[in-house]
Amino acid sequence: MSLKSKLHELKLKYQGKKMAPAFNAFHTFLFSPDETTHAGGTHVKSADDLKRTMNTVIMALIPVLIFSMFNAGYQHYSAINGFPADFSLMNDFLTWDNFWIGIIKVLPLVVVSYAVGLIVEFIFAVIKGHEVEEGYLVTGMLVPLIVPIDTPLWMLSVAVVFGVVIGKEVFGGTGMNILNPALTIRAFLFFAYPTWMSGDKVWVYGARERSEEILAGANVDAISGETILGYLAQNKGAEMTYSVSDMFFGFIPGSVGETSAFLILLGGLFLIFTKIASWRIMVSAVIGSLVMGLIFNQVVDFGWVGESSKFYGLMSFDFWKHLIVGGLAFGIVYMATDPVTGSQTNKGKWYYGFFIGFISVMIRVFNPAYPEGVFLAILLMNVFAPTIDHYVVRGNIKRRMNRLKNATIYPKDSDGKTEELKAETV
Amino acid sequence: MSKDIRIKKGLNINLVGAAEQTTSKAVSSNVYAIQLSDFHGITPKMMVKQGAEVKAGEPLFYNKNMESMLFVSPVSGELIEIERGDRRRILTLKILADKTQESFSGDTLDVEKSSKEQLKALLLKSGCWPFIKQRPYDVVANPDTTPKSIFISGYSSGPLQADLDFVLQGKEKELQAAITVLGKLTPGKVHVSVGSSKSPLSSMTGVELHNVSGPHPAGLVGTQINKVDPINKGELVWTVTPQDLIIIGEYLLTGKFNAERTIALAGSSVKAPKYYTTKIGAEISTFLYASGVNEENFRVINGDVLTGSKSRPDGYLGYYNNTVTVIPEGDDYELFGWNKPVFNKISATRALTFSWMQPNKKYDLDTNTNGEHRAFVVTGQYEKVFPMDIFPMQLLKACMVKDLDEMEQLGLYEVAPEDFSLTEFICISKQPHQKIIREGLDLLQKEIG
Repeated sequence: MSLKSKLHELKLKYQGKKMAPAFNAFHTFLFSPDETTHAGGTHVKSADDLKRTMNTVIMALIPVLIFSMFNAGYQHYSAINGFPADFSLMNDFLTWDNFWIGIIKVLPLVVVSYAVGLIVEFIFAVIKGHEVEEGYLVTGMLVPLIVPIDTPLWMLSVAVVFGVVIGKEVFGGTGMNILNPALTIRAFLFFAYPTWMSGDKVWVYGARERSEEILAGANVDAISGETILGYLAQNKGAEMTYSVSDMFFGFIPGSVGETSAFLILLGGLFLIFTKIASWRIMVSAVIGSLVMGLIFNQVVDFGWVGESSKFYGLMSFDFWKHLIVGGLAFGIVYMATDPVTGSQTNKGKWYYGFFIGFISVMIRVFNPAYPEGVFLAILLMNVFAPTIDHYVVRGNIKRRMNRLKNATIYPKDSDGKTEELKAETV
Repeated sequence: MSKDIRIKKGLNINLVGAAEQTTSKAVSSNVYAIQLSDFHGITPKMMVKQGAEVKAGEPLFYNKNMESMLFVSPVSGELIEIERGDRRRILTLKILADKTQESFSGDTLDVEKSSKEQLKALLLKSGCWPFIKQRPYDVVANPDTTPKSIFISGYSSGPLQADLDFVLQGKEKELQAAITVLGKLTPGKVHVSVGSSKSPLSSMTGVELHNVSGPHPAGLVGTQINKVDPINKGELVWTVTPQDLIIIGEYLLTGKFNAERTIALAGSSVKAPKYYTTKIGAEISTFLYASGVNEENFRVINGDVLTGSKSRPDGYLGYYNNTVTVIPEGDDYELFGWNKPVFNKISATRALTFSWMQPNKKYDLDTNTNGEHRAFVVTGQYEKVFPMDIFPMQLLKACMVKDLDEMEQLGLYEVAPEDFSLTEFICISKQPHQKIIREGLDLLQKEIG
């Protein structure tokens, strides 16, 4: 008896039982179901389903994940030994030692994120009796990529439980949520454990341990794991040694997966090509961030903000460089384009994207505690997306109303006369 | 003056098994059936008893809410069965056909001299009226109303649909007769659309002719209404399909209700897909097995694969259909069907699906859903295949939550379920769009009327 027919028998056995959603989740993971189209609808359907859609996003994230595993080691060893003088990709970056740090630091984040999140999803599916939905497949991959590498696994677990339950399940599951679950998790970490999540010690593996050793009296050098935005926020831009190409290709400290603008760009192009993510949101968000960056640059050029100002470092930062440092690129490509929490109308997507870029850079510059604004900007716009859509849809309704005003309505008569009445304004 | 309709948004679903353009005469069916499900919202009141003998064109029942609206028998014979469902609702009327067919001779009128009311009464009495449908609500038209215009789509863009240019050949006289009468029923225009100048409809007079081009749903009458003369709240538009015009026209010319119709038998499960002449209500097996079927496990569809209804070989040809499609059932599992590259199915994305590389390739699709039902997640997909100035997802959601104001404001008046067949086809969440719209229309009609 083949695996297929064995599983089919098991499916029939579980049908209608409490655990059916749990079994079906595994079954449909292996085999796409034998369901056929129902009466009263189309008899054929296209090849796409939600699993395929989510899988495409995960594929776009895989290169970023692999890069981040190497970068974890590269940042760790560079912080201890200093950055290599002649950087060579093969000898200094793509090494087994670097990758090993990725395996012991990044992989556990991925495993814990998926395990905890999917357990919560399964529990809710069984309780509510619906199928396990695919939304968490992407969320589970996004979460480890947007947290600092030294996030303790227990903190991550608590945040994931919070994010999935409060960010998604209370609204009714995938497709119903108002806030992006991955960003809800990130925001929870930031606001619940602010002392841990900010500062310069969590971005590079080893920095925190080393500082604890120093506190305990060990005679070693401190490791700085400061991010570029961190330097700039403290007006220490001059101390930075990162070149533009480092920033673009991602050989810099930061949240696990956010550093390589290059791979994120490739992922974004892949998502646009496959028609999975909205190019409108991506393009308008880039425009929005450039506009805000330019405004700040102009403010500095006019001399309105001097070098003594605490905003000088970030305001004078070249406007286009905002896109290649920090989480802006990652947020625009993978988080702002979440179709559930974003704007749902094509016109609305332009506004939604623009404000994400615009506000991200604004928060970056003005937030004294933590020089990063993408996740807050996206969460804010998540909240405003329904309002934007409301006005776009009103526009359509208004067009229809205007058409009605100018229309000639024939009354429902049977007396042969075609008496014309002007439509009443509705 | 003609206004051309060019559609850019849409998707052609090219399937294997298009009907070859040769016509055979189907063997005559022993039993013919009228399926009441074809007349949405009509409550029948029987006029003849079981066992009665009727001639072709003789009334069988009338509309309970509109006694003048008669429904006639397609053939002469004995009414052998009245199949009833829950609460004695009539489902099917079966007529055992006579060996020699007799036609009921009805009245005819001099169209030029007749008034609008006389013409309406004639159409109602002859059984031709049910071919006229109205929007909003996509139901049989109410004869007490006046439509602002009448639309006839002579262009079939849907998958494997009968080619109207072919099936209408030689019927110019009947078409013109019917169109002339329709023109008298509206103070507005009769809009006729054609896909090419070869169409017999392009020679009609008294119409506004439109050349339609573009992918499906360019041929759907709803798309054309939206582009030419969109329906506003309180307005009515009537629609008639060209093959029904032939029956109306023939009655007007001869006084006889001739239910004969050329239909396309198509689909990848048919061995020799081609055209057949048969009659409304004929048993599908009378022509299905003449062409032969390829496999054991197939589905017979009364209509096309997007809008048709599920039937069986021993089912009967629907009242409004000119296409019968037979495709394989897809009740099988597929290993890793959700992530492996797909070359043999149509997709609106490029997520490891490759139908975008060969837009003209013909596909052999089965009835598998290719995934499970989910909540709406992805946005912006429907708009790519939905050419009307309407927000499809917002309208669907308004129907689901039964928000009457929103349904009205977002343009439910303008659509029929078939207009949402293409969005249903590409829907990633596998939502039943046509069912949602149908229920929304029913609710709106019940509440507002």
